[in-house]
Amino acid sequence: MDTKRVVFVGVGGQGNLLASRLLGEAALSEGIPAVVSEIHGMAQRGGIVESAVLLGNVSSPIVSDGEADVLVGFEPVETLRALKKCNQETLVITNTHPLPPFTVSVGQGTYPPVDETLDLLQTKIKRVIALDGDAMAAQVGNPLSLNMVMLGALIGSGAIPIDADAMKKTIQQSTKKAFLESNLKAFDLGYESAKAQ
Amino acid sequence: MHKLLTDSPGMEMLLLGNEAIARGALEAGLSFATCYPGTPSSEIPEQFFRISQETDLCFEYSTNEKVALEVGAGAAVSGLRTMVTMKHVGLNVAADPLMTLAYSGVKAGMVIVTADDPYLFSSQNEQDNRYYARLSGLPMLEPTNTQEMKDITKMAFELSEELELPVLLRTTTRLNHVRGKVTLGELQPIKTKGEFKKNPFHFVAIPAVSRKLHKLLLEKFDQASEKSENWPENKIIGSGKWGIVTNGVSFNYVSDAVSDLGIQDQVSILKAGFSWPLPKGLIKQFLEQVDKVLVVEELEPIMENDLRAIAQELGILKSIKGKGVGKLSRLFEYDPGMVRDAIAKYFEVPYEPPKTVDLSGIPELPNRPPNLCPGCPHRATYHAVKEVCGEDAIHPTDIGCYTLGVLPPISMADYLICMGSSVSSSCGFAEATDKKVVSFIGDSTFFHSGITGLVNAVHNNHKFTLVILDNGTTAMTGHQPHPGVDTTPMGVQRTQIDLEELVRGCGVKDVHVVKPFKVKKTKEAVKAAMEYDGISVIISREICPLFAKAIGKARKAKPFHVNPDKCKNHRDCINKIACPAMYLEGEQVMINQNLCIGCAVCAQICPENAILPSK
Repeated sequence: MDTKRVVFVGVGGQGNLLASRLLGEAALSEGIPAVVSEIHGMAQRGGIVESAVLLGNVSSPIVSDGEADVLVGFEPVETLRALKKCNQETLVITNTHPLPPFTVSVGQGTYPPVDETLDLLQTKIKRVIALDGDAMAAQVGNPLSLNMVMLGALIGSGAIPIDADAMKKTIQQSTKKAFLESNLKAFDLGYESAKAQ
Repeated sequence: MHKLLTDSPGMEMLLLGNEAIARGALEAGLSFATCYPGTPSSEIPEQFFRISQETDLCFEYSTNEKVALEVGAGAAVSGLRTMVTMKHVGLNVAADPLMTLAYSGVKAGMVIVTADDPYLFSSQNEQDNRYYARLSGLPMLEPTNTQEMKDITKMAFELSEELELPVLLRTTTRLNHVRGKVTLGELQPIKTKGEFKKNPFHFVAIPAVSRKLHKLLLEKFDQASEKSENWPENKIIGSGKWGIVTNGVSFNYVSDAVSDLGIQDQVSILKAGFSWPLPKGLIKQFLEQVDKVLVVEELEPIMENDLRAIAQELGILKSIKGKGVGKLSRLFEYDPGMVRDAIAKYFEVPYEPPKTVDLSGIPELPNRPPNLCPGCPHRATYHAVKEVCGEDAIHPTDIGCYTLGVLPPISMADYLICMGSSVSSSCGFAEATDKKVVSFIGDSTFFHSGITGLVNAVHNNHKFTLVILDNGTTAMTGHQPHPGVDTTPMGVQRTQIDLEELVRGCGVKDVHVVKPFKVKKTKEAVKAAMEYDGISVIISREICPLFAKAIGKARKAKPFHVNPDKCKNHRDCINKIACPAMYLEGEQVMINQNLCIGCAVCAQICPENAILPSK
């Protein structure tokens, strides 16, 4: 198969490490070679968290600038910050719900308006899928299911060779019962939203 | 059951590199393990800690890396297969025992994991620990992927036992924190007891003994060289005229680049999996079969220089390059694009790098540095000290979450070099300057290497104030216990050492124990401690809120909110303590009710008393 390089970015606490791990697990169960790279350490302290999943015939665990096939951004400014990983052909999937960093509150920076951020993305990237992942997570009654929404959108985009059934099977195997229903619903909402875009 | 205890040989699992190392050790019959946690090595002992609660595996979090290595040495010379794990700078702490343990050796296999951190994702330097193999004379193995991390760990134990030498297993962050497919092998039984056969004229390193032992080490080095020559993961891949030498994670970048550039037929790759001692015979064969050589190794040009020396000895005059080709440098980590580009340049392969999207017109984005958590007691302690001593005092600090206090608006860190340096450097600052010195150290770091500095301060009559930030855990690396922790909630019985008694036992007369969420009382204690004519210690005690949550002991306090009718927008709350639960809605300070844990520190500093508990 073709190599697919997927980069996930988000903020500590948004669950992007779990999303990338589950994607790796799903790939393994489908017999697709996968390498998942994570950076630990600062994740719990509100910093930027980046991970990558490389599928197919590739052994390097990281993605160089300009070489991502898909960028999944859990937060609009973080999507923009990670844009150097992309080329024109990269598919960008981004959450539109802002999570302003603390530096903005103390006057050390300005948070750019989200609609301008999205417009800017559209001018630079051929295909952008934008969705309010936090609203969808709230809709299913589980604010922590943002990562499932974003995974759903990734699978719904059709950009990688893993289908919804395989992904959901992996989610089922690694989710606590109490959250399973809401997680699967969140996945479906993200999936449908990406399909429709 | 812990997933690494799955006894199904042939089964495939997606494992983190660090989990793969732990599994490899279990497949080698690991019986004893010690460590001091440190990123990127921490998930190895995390597995052992949990596995030791289900099996006979003997595991401990030791007070520091030197202690961990010495504890491990006792077990390994008594015939138990032993693993000791640490981050790269941890090996500096353990360097003293390492150098002489290399002389006297071990009886059962002993593997020392050194996890290097190119790019300093979470370290104070990016030293290259391959030098430790050269310094100590110990063999070094370097896996290149998750499967090898398991397999080579297992082989490392066998190698160690055959040579009766500890073996260094070197990884880097991009191996420790990568998940990949691992095919499991067979688990081996855990040995519960060993036997120490006395041999003082071998194991007691007095000069007369060590003179013999040094000679023995050199003989073992020759045996290790032979092993390296025949090691399956020391190999030449391909038979082209363009030579590439590589190790560790870079092997993947090289393999992908060669295939991306379509130059498989032109290239020979020398993979150094047993990277010290180097396989000289294999290198000779390699140098003879290629026209020129590119060495792709992160950090120091170690193999590059070794290769030049070997070539010189053999009278081979071929170009050997590494650092300086393309963007290959001694700094930071490599990436696939950088390596592809360097290979294309050096061997003159036509190649157009992929074009990064046009980044013009992107507005300046607000920074998102990591921050102390909402309700973190360190923030409260820093605030109290800053209120008392203003901007003028010098604040040596130490290694842990609280190092984040270097960032504005807290800005309470002036000097840091390594674990424990807060205490000892304070002695120097206090003597060399006329400034007040108030330094900070975490509880775990104090046990690790603060105690000797404190004894020094007492004995040599230094005058400063040391604040021990006692949050009841080793927070930064994932809440491991330390000697001052009540370990009962973690399911193990360990003796808890009373920090206050310990400090008094070191000879400190002026000791204050404060609860940092009580702002006024904490400030009073800081003032009293700073006025004391001698060394004073403040123990600022409040459990890490993340750890409290993890063990089911979270505060049951109500969150706070800002009453907009009372708030006059002084913004002391935001400007002085910078709690991430606070945000601005327009010009009004608000508190995120989901993030606030009700520490009430902001409520105590608000000049209008506008911050109140929510109902």
